[in-house]
Amino acid sequence: MKEIILAKNGEIALKGLNRRRFEEVLMRNIKWRLRDFGKVKISCMQSTIYIDPEDSEFYDFDGAIEALRHVFGIASISRAIVLQKDMEDILEHVCDYIENALFDAKTFKVEAKRSDKQFPLKSPEIAAQVGGKILSRFHRLKVDVHNPDITVMVEIRDKGAYIHAGSIPGAGGMPVSSSGEAMILISGGIDSPVAAYMMAKRGLSLSAVHFQSPPYTSERALEKVETLCEKLTPYTGRIQFYCVPFTEMQEALKAHCPEELFTVMMRRMMMRVATRLAQQKEIEALITGESLAQVASQTLEALHCTDSATPLVVLRPLIGMDKGEIIKISREIGTFETSILPYEDCCTVFTPRHPATHPKLSALEKAEAMFDYGPLIDRAVEGTELKPITG
Amino acid sequence: MEIYLDNCATTKVCPEAAEAAMKAMVEDYGNPSSLHRMGLRAERILTGTRKAAAALLGCDYGCIYLTGGATDSNNIAIQGAVRARARMGKTIVTTTVEHPSVGETVSMLEKSGYTVKRVAPRANGQFDPEDFLEAVDADTVLLTFMMVNNELGTILPYEKVVPALKKRFPDLLIHIDGVQGFTKLPFHPERLGVDLFSFSGHKLYAPKGIGGLYIRKGLRILPVEYGGGQEKAIRPGTEAVPAIAGLGAALTMIKAHQSEIMRNYRERQNQVRSLVKEIPGVVINSPENGCPHIINLSVPGIPSEVMLHALEEKSVYVSSGSACSKGALSGVLKAFHLPDERIRSALRVSFSRETTGEEIEAFAQALKEVTDRLGAVVNG
Repeated sequence: MKEIILAKNGEIALKGLNRRRFEEVLMRNIKWRLRDFGKVKISCMQSTIYIDPEDSEFYDFDGAIEALRHVFGIASISRAIVLQKDMEDILEHVCDYIENALFDAKTFKVEAKRSDKQFPLKSPEIAAQVGGKILSRFHRLKVDVHNPDITVMVEIRDKGAYIHAGSIPGAGGMPVSSSGEAMILISGGIDSPVAAYMMAKRGLSLSAVHFQSPPYTSERALEKVETLCEKLTPYTGRIQFYCVPFTEMQEALKAHCPEELFTVMMRRMMMRVATRLAQQKEIEALITGESLAQVASQTLEALHCTDSATPLVVLRPLIGMDKGEIIKISREIGTFETSILPYEDCCTVFTPRHPATHPKLSALEKAEAMFDYGPLIDRAVEGTELKPITG
Repeated sequence: MEIYLDNCATTKVCPEAAEAAMKAMVEDYGNPSSLHRMGLRAERILTGTRKAAAALLGCDYGCIYLTGGATDSNNIAIQGAVRARARMGKTIVTTTVEHPSVGETVSMLEKSGYTVKRVAPRANGQFDPEDFLEAVDADTVLLTFMMVNNELGTILPYEKVVPALKKRFPDLLIHIDGVQGFTKLPFHPERLGVDLFSFSGHKLYAPKGIGGLYIRKGLRILPVEYGGGQEKAIRPGTEAVPAIAGLGAALTMIKAHQSEIMRNYRERQNQVRSLVKEIPGVVINSPENGCPHIINLSVPGIPSEVMLHALEEKSVYVSSGSACSKGALSGVLKAFHLPDERIRSALRVSFSRETTGEEIEAFAQALKEVTDRLGAVVNG
């Protein structure tokens, strides 16, 4: 018996003339995500992507479906058996195929969909015949059309008939890279990986930039951030990871800027370095994990000061979320455990005791004029190392 | 040049041990429990290692049980001892400066109903033997404490405490965690009256994952785990023959070179003490009369972790007393009454048999440079 995976398109099914382009991006993403599972043929028809393994007998369907659950752009996923568009063939195989799925069920219903209108039976008739066959084989089962334990789907499509015992929800959203590319400022905390996940869900492919300052931060802190990126790749695909040497900058800020402005000034320097890196790659937006009022550098005034340091669009998907809501997503996407490891990205040597909560842009600009930070930004950009993280 | 001065964390395996472990993996790979010749060959390796440990402790080799490391030994000793003495009392005496493998095990027993008394160092950072005598009473079933403190090198007064308490309470069980002291100080469990003594392989040039427990002849303790009866059912599970072979070879090497190894530790410690005197801001936390392979120092104002990573940039590897990131200060250093500023900046430097004078000079030079640089950032 030949099996395949059907992935139903989500939001992109609603697109107009561009639909084909979105579908192609999605198919490319699926191909990349399933690259380690063996050869498959991938095609798209009627807003459904068909994933057809060359060797369906030994294909790791569970693993592949788990991988597909993380691919943005997919609304639902089902594993189905492929049959002839022939009622006899369908009735012969349906019971064997769904026997395991029905093992623990008390009630079921059959739903039929006939997108091939040439098929001689109408949907209700198909459902009735298949339902009758199941009842005659499994006497303990009852039909419940409102609240069944299992829904058996029979789909008569252009290329064949497909039977499956229900579908699982996909990740939703838009296919990664269908909306362009952005660069996430990633620290190692709980928030930035969640922000990255959320923007990938809206179709952005990602680069990540991390600022490290040895010996004030350890190699383990860097490793932690790389692990976070790795954990995001099932959702985001490959991440270009930029690691910026930032020690010299932090030491200069500590020596030359007013203590209470340290954090906001550091954020502005980070934005400047990130902007330079992004522009080299024609990346149009930055992403941060900031949430309004969470800490001193995330007040309205502080955000204004940070924004003023870059001409790029700054996306802040967490801006209106509570910490609890952010943590919930972080647990769901599996980054939480790594984020709470104790290796910190900024040493207590630098963090001001009383950071300014309402910094004025003019005060910052005046403080920045006291020292020539330009060469330090240049050196940070030049010293940046790129490492693609494929997961 | 890599300068590894974190030998209290673990040591480089000596060539003799690596070779013995390799041989046990590819030649004598039988299961010691097998009845055939291959099994016998593996069993002989176990016996050889027991004899090597027994030679260093002056005991019968039948008293040496091989375990998965010192945490394993400490758990078996403590849990096994109190369970064997379950009806004789409900009090355990320990100290405030134990390694977690003792501290946490005792705390678990405390939660399950035991009374735990913890002897603390006096204000001068030294233990007073009288405090142990005062803590132990007729209800005490177990006294468990370390031979040498792993952060400072402080030697605990077992020489006085053990014989005195054994005289007063012959049924009291005494366990010594010997991880940092074994082979570095003379120790004879039978002469002292110690019932249980733990040691670890990887602090002594043997591979990781292997340790030992001395159990006084005739003493029966109850096992923590159950299985196929290996190690007289005290530590069941197929023996880690390669690591055990390595342990035997390492202990034999130490026995053959003990005095030169000890001389090297002492010389290196003296060298550190005199060199850091020249570096302003550095203070020594270890006692003068501590175990020679450890010296703990602080540069108040510079967090341990930053200092550690700055030294790492110069390929010098030491240990920090505490993790600064979460702001929690080392409980052990606090128990020794060290001021907070010193605890936050504490560094542990520990030597191996191979640590050279040039390495210590390079360490002192690196420490000076790093202290100057970081001092300017922190205070500037």
